[in-house]
Amino acid sequence: MAQPMRIRATMAGDVADVKVLMNHPMETGTRKDAKTGQLVPAHFIQEVSATLNGTPVLNANIGGAVSKNPYLGFKVKGAKAGDKVVVSWADNTGDKNSAEATIG
Amino acid sequence: MNALRRNVLKSAAGAGAVAVAVAAGLLKPTQAMAAWNKAAFEAKNVGDAMKGIGAASPADSKDITIKAPDIAENGAVVPVEVTSGIAGTSSIAILAEKNGQPLVGTFDLTGGAQGFISTRIKMGQTSLVRAVVNAGGKTYTAAKEVKVTIGGCGG
Repeated sequence: MAQPMRIRATMAGDVADVKVLMNHPMETGTRKDAKTGQLVPAHFIQEVSATLNGTPVLNANIGGAVSKNPYLGFKVKGAKAGDKVVVSWADNTGDKNSAEATIG
Repeated sequence: MNALRRNVLKSAAGAGAVAVAVAAGLLKPTQAMAAWNKAAFEAKNVGDAMKGIGAASPADSKDITIKAPDIAENGAVVPVEVTSGIAGTSSIAILAEKNGQPLVGTFDLTGGAQGFISTRIKMGQTSLVRAVVNAGGKTYTAAKEVKVTIGGCGG
């Protein structure tokens, strides 16, 4: 289920602009299947964390109200070109994934 | 004729029980992660959700900017950008007030991360999008109305 995710990190002044796209269905668990009328089981990302050169910069808890294939953008001050950004997520079924990028 | 009818009813009841067991099994994984703030995310109204994230009575603030469309054609994908100009912003939470479960997410910012979060959320219907910012132990809030033409929750 774990599909590739994409990260882009660019510098704007002394602030790194990090954009992440995760591939995930983000089922809330409250939606009904149109054909069978059964509830579609919940399947969504619960935790997203990001580090810059190993230092945690973001720790997010999210629910099913985040759109399918979640997009997340954040900014980190004091970063410089060449720094390494790692973003990882875990969902409610225990599935997880992570990706890294170098600030360019 | 009657005996057959009894048998049919019995087997139908049996099948129903199995389906219930399967559904219960499928629901279990949602309880797996301990750190995740389950109470706040499953809260059905804004008040409970705010309490769940420890922001029962935040102060209104003009230093929080919410960038979201005035009218969202597709409630399944509503871009929301929250910028907090408050010094020492340590976390940002986003809520869609009229969603069945209003809390969208909480974002804890550490080590140089700026008071800025950009994401895309689902909205069931027209409502206020609220941002709650925690800075220096105090909570601040701001809201912006987004009109939704087609809801994004439910089939």
